Amino acid sequence: MYPEDLRYSKEHEWVRVADAQATIGITSFAADELGDIVFVELPEVGSALKQYGTFGVVESVKAVSDLYAPVSGTVTEVNEALRDRPELLNSDPFGEGWIARLELADDAGVDALMDATTYEETTAG
Amino acid sequence: MAYTPHTAADHERMLDAIGVTSIEDLFADIPPAVRADAFAVPPPLTEQEVRNDVARIAGRNRIPEISFLGAGAYRHLVPAVVGEVIGRSEFATAYTPYQPEVSQGTLQSIYEFQSLICELTGMEVASASHYDAATATAEAALMACRLTRRNRVAISSAVNPQVRQVLATYCSGPGIEVVEVPADLAEGGSGLTQVDGAQRILDGSVACLVAQQPNFFGGVEPMAELGDAAHAAGAQFVTLVEPTSLAVLAAPATYGADIVTAEGQPLGIPLSFGGPYVGLMAARMASVRQMPGRLVGATRDAAGRKGYVLTLQAREQHIRREKAASNICTNQALCALAATAYLTAVGPAGLREVAELSMTQARHLAAALEERGLGERRLGAPYFAEVAVRLPEAGRRHAALAERGIVAGYPLWTHYPELTDTLLLAATELTSDEEIGALVTALEEVA
Repeated sequence: MYPEDLRYSKEHEWVRVADAQATIGITSFAADELGDIVFVELPEVGSALKQYGTFGVVESVKAVSDLYAPVSGTVTEVNEALRDRPELLNSDPFGEGWIARLELADDAGVDALMDATTYEETTAG
Repeated sequence: MAYTPHTAADHERMLDAIGVTSIEDLFADIPPAVRADAFAVPPPLTEQEVRNDVARIAGRNRIPEISFLGAGAYRHLVPAVVGEVIGRSEFATAYTPYQPEVSQGTLQSIYEFQSLICELTGMEVASASHYDAATATAEAALMACRLTRRNRVAISSAVNPQVRQVLATYCSGPGIEVVEVPADLAEGGSGLTQVDGAQRILDGSVACLVAQQPNFFGGVEPMAELGDAAHAAGAQFVTLVEPTSLAVLAAPATYGADIVTAEGQPLGIPLSFGGPYVGLMAARMASVRQMPGRLVGATRDAAGRKGYVLTLQAREQHIRREKAASNICTNQALCALAATAYLTAVGPAGLREVAELSMTQARHLAAALEERGLGERRLGAPYFAEVAVRLPEAGRRHAALAERGIVAGYPLWTHYPELTDTLLLAATELTSDEEIGALVTALEEVA
């Protein structure tokens, strides 16, 4: 149900790691729980994220929620498309709805994250 | 709504549900040292005794026959229609309703208020109102900190001292440093904020520069230059303005204001021992999510009919809890409605007349004092409708005139030690030539 090539945090963020680069976003479970997302506050390029620290905000019609970094690293790129089309988080959370790309820190903490199967168990029921 | 008191059985059930044995247990967290065992409350009085008592206390209020006191609150004509509108039972509450969308009339009135404030300031979005100028300005500083992710605030010392005090209080909690930009108060000085002083203070750590137009002394500040200084450092330019002055002075949007605040009291709200007043706030649309307080938006319902909603509520504390944009959870709906009724009644031409008459009378006042050799203007900058005048033994004469029912303005030395013997005198369209004559005569008599 959740992409096998990603790792997941209990705060419902995902990370896709390729060498020292990572792409992060929120899971389909989080997007469904939030409802229609109307605004995303993106981090600044160059800012340093700490694993489990807040780095932005998603606003849906019913709530505003913090985004928690699934790994530590430095932001190299943000998904500018979300400024005008925040709904991409709902329609394609693991693809076009990515939020930021990071240069991973040495102690990025990837190993502490869940795989797809474990994450699916935490969201069941 | 029926008022149904809780019975002892109700208390039992509620205490049981939360797992405590007595109401006293609910206060267990309050240290005994700060708890009062008893209060020294006098015995009950009859209704007539209460009336007599309150009348006696109220009789100690001194309501001046003639007043030149301004310093942030101004006596203006309030057209009778203002009282008529706000006295209607549909409107006569200080609050936006808790189920706001069923009260379309209230929401529409707030929407009209926001539209008027945008028109007056030239800004893109206005809030549904704040408590007063001081809290609105303090909130604007916090908003600038959120927008810039910086935690220092620069504020001109020519901003109303009470506003500066409230702003300092608001900044003390989150640990925001407040730095004062000096004003030129030296002998022969302009009384204006020093632009080079602002430039020295503004750096990459400062979230905003707060300046007032006209400033606390009535002086017309070089707002465009101050705005440039703020923007050069990547800071927001927060401007506190006097709303009637906007009929004759440049709209804040034209000199680069990012956040505009104002005391709305001059717009149809009488002087009443300091309140209730109404704070105004307007900003750029790009900053709207960091704007504190409520906003009413216009929309269409499912059938395509025009309707009004409280919008962007997700920023507010009933949803975002401790992470809300602000802890303000209401607005000053009734006073905002008074301002709406006032602006609608006087219109653009009427507001301009109010501003021009106020300016004219302030000049008559200053000229009358100077011609009789009673005092001289202390600060050199062009002024709006309030003027700083130095006269010998100002403190003693101010007190002597108060005994005669004349308030000869605001003693500036209480906040600015360098402005010895200097009174801040305000005029409005209600300041008559006779009142100015009475001030001159009284000052001569107590010389």
